[in-house]
Amino acid sequence: MIKKVLVILLLAVIGFYLVDLLAQIPFGEKRDNVGDYYLQESVQSLKVANAVTGIVVNFRGFDTLGEVTVLFLAAMGLSSIMYRKKKKGDKDVRAKKPSSRILQVGVQIIFPMVVILGAYVFIHGHLTPGGGFQGGAIIATASLLMLITYRKFKVNHNTISWIESIAGVVFATLGIIGLIKGMSFLENFLPTGELNALLSGGIIAIIYVSVGFKVAAELTGVIDTVLLNNKPDSNNENN
Amino acid sequence: MIWLIIPIIVLVLLTIGAAIFAVVTKNLLYAVVSTGVISLGLSLFFFILQAPDVALTEAAIGVALTTIIFIITIRNTTQYEGDHKENKIEKGAKS
Repeated sequence: MIKKVLVILLLAVIGFYLVDLLAQIPFGEKRDNVGDYYLQESVQSLKVANAVTGIVVNFRGFDTLGEVTVLFLAAMGLSSIMYRKKKKGDKDVRAKKPSSRILQVGVQIIFPMVVILGAYVFIHGHLTPGGGFQGGAIIATASLLMLITYRKFKVNHNTISWIESIAGVVFATLGIIGLIKGMSFLENFLPTGELNALLSGGIIAIIYVSVGFKVAAELTGVIDTVLLNNKPDSNNENN
Repeated sequence: MIWLIIPIIVLVLLTIGAAIFAVVTKNLLYAVVSTGVISLGLSLFFFILQAPDVALTEAAIGVALTTIIFIITIRNTTQYEGDHKENKIEKGAKS
């Protein structure tokens, strides 16, 4: 009882100060011009048609590097927790029964299309909506389809970690080249080209392709680890 | 004009209904699938509200990957919440 009263009191105090703070901010007024600056600059000087990409990769490129690092750490932590070596007596966790014929044929048709869609999304990240993260997630969905349909489809973890590492190194190297050229980290040092052309926006396209590869490899690795390496408790192993 | 609003209202009701169902139901598999439905509705909202980047992310991550990871988790644990009788039957049968 006294616990509940304390909790309610604490909530009331926090709520009072939050309302007090928020009441001082005028509602609905325009208080900064940074949005206008981004919209103008990403089209005029960066020549990037998709302003979101211009902000995420160029103006806020360092944050994107941080996000990629967070995703990398999460994938690495998950696989280091879940991974286990196969012993001789272990049964394969995946079901022995093959999936239905309809699913197999459908996935055969749909798999290349989904991969191409993902590649399109991250290659055209600076022209159309989407970008590295979205394209990578779409490709990971395609490999998920393959994993749940075909029992023999295996993901090579060596290849995945190589792709991941190379993509990360490309991202960081592009940033450091900007430093070497005497500008800030991740500054755009390539020619920007024309608006709406595929080869425009300088380093943005290269960064998004590398981010796309990295995210696709990481999420595929996560799904593969979770799907195949978890050991159900001994009760469930008999089914 | 009214014909444009009706599908949006249906979508809102579907999303809210799926959210309530996910909280209420005792079958965790149904709950996970209805969270997928919430994500689908949300991604359509993001698209309607002119944020296609966020809509793509929500569709790829929320609908596909999160749902699948939760379903894999349910496969390796129990399907019902709390002390449901089917859980007990399963455990009793196997031990």
